[in-house]
Amino acid sequence: MTQPLAAGFADPVLEAQHCFRALLEAMSRPGRVQRLAGALAPPAPLNLAAAAALLTLADADTPVWTDAGADAEAWLRFHAGCPLVAEPGAAALLLACGAPPSPPALEAGTEEEPHRAATLILQVTALEEGTGWRLSGPGIEVAHRLRVAGLPADFLVAWATNRARFPCGVDVVLCAGERLAALPRTVLIEEG
Amino acid sequence: MAETTPPSDFTARRRWMAVLARASAAEITSRLERAPPLPAHARLRGPETGLVMARGRQGGDGAPFNLGEMTVTRCTVRLPAGIVGHAYVAGRDTRQAELAAALDAALQDPALQPALLTAVIEPLAAAQAERAARDARRAAATRVEFLTMATMR
Amino acid sequence: MAYVAVKGGERAIEHAHAWLAEERRGDPALPELTVAQVEQQMSLAVDRVMAEGACFDRGLAALAVKQARGDLIEAAFLLRAYRTTLPRFGASMPLDTGAMRVRRRISATYKDLPGGQVLGPTFDYTHRLLDFALAAEGEPPPPAPESPAEAAAMPRVTGILAQEGLMAAEPHSEAEPGDLTREPLAFPADRPLRLQALARGDEGFLLGLGYSTQRGYGNAHPFVGEIRLGEVAVEIVPPELGFAIEIGDLTVTECQMVNQFAGSRTEPPQFTRGYGLVFGHGERKAMAMSLVDRALRAAELGEDAEAPAQSQEFVLYHCDNVEATGFVEHLKLPHYVDFQSELEKLRQLRATAMQEAAE
Repeated sequence: MTQPLAAGFADPVLEAQHCFRALLEAMSRPGRVQRLAGALAPPAPLNLAAAAALLTLADADTPVWTDAGADAEAWLRFHAGCPLVAEPGAAALLLACGAPPSPPALEAGTEEEPHRAATLILQVTALEEGTGWRLSGPGIEVAHRLRVAGLPADFLVAWATNRARFPCGVDVVLCAGERLAALPRTVLIEEG
Repeated sequence: MAETTPPSDFTARRRWMAVLARASAAEITSRLERAPPLPAHARLRGPETGLVMARGRQGGDGAPFNLGEMTVTRCTVRLPAGIVGHAYVAGRDTRQAELAAALDAALQDPALQPALLTAVIEPLAAAQAERAARDARRAAATRVEFLTMATMR
Repeated sequence: MAYVAVKGGERAIEHAHAWLAEERRGDPALPELTVAQVEQQMSLAVDRVMAEGACFDRGLAALAVKQARGDLIEAAFLLRAYRTTLPRFGASMPLDTGAMRVRRRISATYKDLPGGQVLGPTFDYTHRLLDFALAAEGEPPPPAPESPAEAAAMPRVTGILAQEGLMAAEPHSEAEPGDLTREPLAFPADRPLRLQALARGDEGFLLGLGYSTQRGYGNAHPFVGEIRLGEVAVEIVPPELGFAIEIGDLTVTECQMVNQFAGSRTEPPQFTRGYGLVFGHGERKAMAMSLVDRALRAAELGEDAEAPAQSQEFVLYHCDNVEATGFVEHLKLPHYVDFQSELEKLRQLRATAMQEAAE
């Protein structure tokens, strides 16, 4: 039995703008944690940051793949109006709560149109700055430390492959509770 | 999704949604004055105005093509009992869309339905049918009768 | 093409806007025109703006007409700009024009057709003499006469011909049509895309092209199979409901233009049709659209395609008045540097030419 439909953003314009700003900050400063405010109460298993990012980025022209289950799918379809696809490779935006699809299976854009690459939103258990991975690359002056709890063990191997495809490759947004951080395809990740 | 309407109810629900889509906020409000009060509702989505791409068919009956967009306002509300009401109405009247969604929800409640159909939907439907019938009668008055031509032949 | 950033015009622009607003209002001693008055009493201008602005909303179109001081291309531009601020909820089910609540329906091919010839509110039999009574304010006209309406169906004329096998059938399809507001036009464009471009195209441009096909640029022998004007219900299937609901009515004008077709290796000689469908009451536009639609089918029907109206690129790239006005009117923008280089080149050429002449 599915749950009754939950509400979306109370003020769709302002809250989507706020979240978009946070995503923009996160993408331009890889690994810096952004905190979202707001009263969004998404259906389980979506966390606030992932749900807000989806409502902000998905629309009728954004095919979305997710493993979040029927309630989340119905909620997304209703509030974002986005088509849901069964094949991860057909999605422009993906949300993984469990084991994420492997980046090489996702749309990576083309040399002419690298912006057509997919964005992968990963729900993780914790994001903490100042410890963990050593991130470097565009948007980071020297290095930035980020510890991510709840990623699959082979994430860094897959990331190295993804990064090697530049200018193609997917971008990742990590979401834990109301916190989010981004890993654009340019970022180099070294283990702490 | 908590959509519980069984298929047999589609016809009745489609009809009241179609009637509400063609009624202005003022018309609905004036009918509601003579109806039992609507239960309070919470907004789930909207009211918000957007576009629907209207499609035609090539040759009138062939493959679909995009004719052009139209403004549409939609609203979804939930009653305390959990019933969800939806409205999609042509135009930009957010008040109309919210009233239509609240009525769509209330009309799904068997306890409220008969009174609301009688006080709101039927009078609105009758007024709309009369407007259409008047156009049909005016059109009929401009129908060409080729009687003279026929007798001259 | 190159432009130079020029600063310093801000005050002049502000003052120009102020003067524009005053000109728009006209003599303040006269009552101001309301948007509702434009919508009701300039309704064909409103219809044209909705058609060419590709957005059905009488109130918005009337506001655009008022704001544009009656410049209908400017008004269509305003409407197009406004629509970009709105989210797209989805697409309707294809309109069933066969189920139209008809206000006008005429055929030039059959006198006695089922449902009859219904003239509706037309200019056709007016004498085109200026009516000076309208120059004075008067009482509203008496209500139009009414007759008992039969519930008789009004089958499409094309359907009557199809029953005899004399009309090329439209292949039935539910294929998702391309949308030129989302993906730029590419050639060859299929018929659904062409019809979308024509439906929002400039009435004057299409009228001229349609006329050219009648005058010999395109070898057309058209007959108006049927024109109908009226209201059609719009249905959508919201995903959260999963069944179709009506969201209101659209006023549209439809034209079926019947054309001879000599036949090909695979098709016997038969009639083919050009199709016109436009928002609002737009008979001239619907007719012109159907002529141009038929002309653009020349290549697929294996006919010679040498006339301008038969060239996809020529027609579709130039029929949009908002695009056309943008490119023509952009010539007003500062081209100072461009022109400076032209000047220098010309002076040089002249100097060389004069020197050679002197030698």
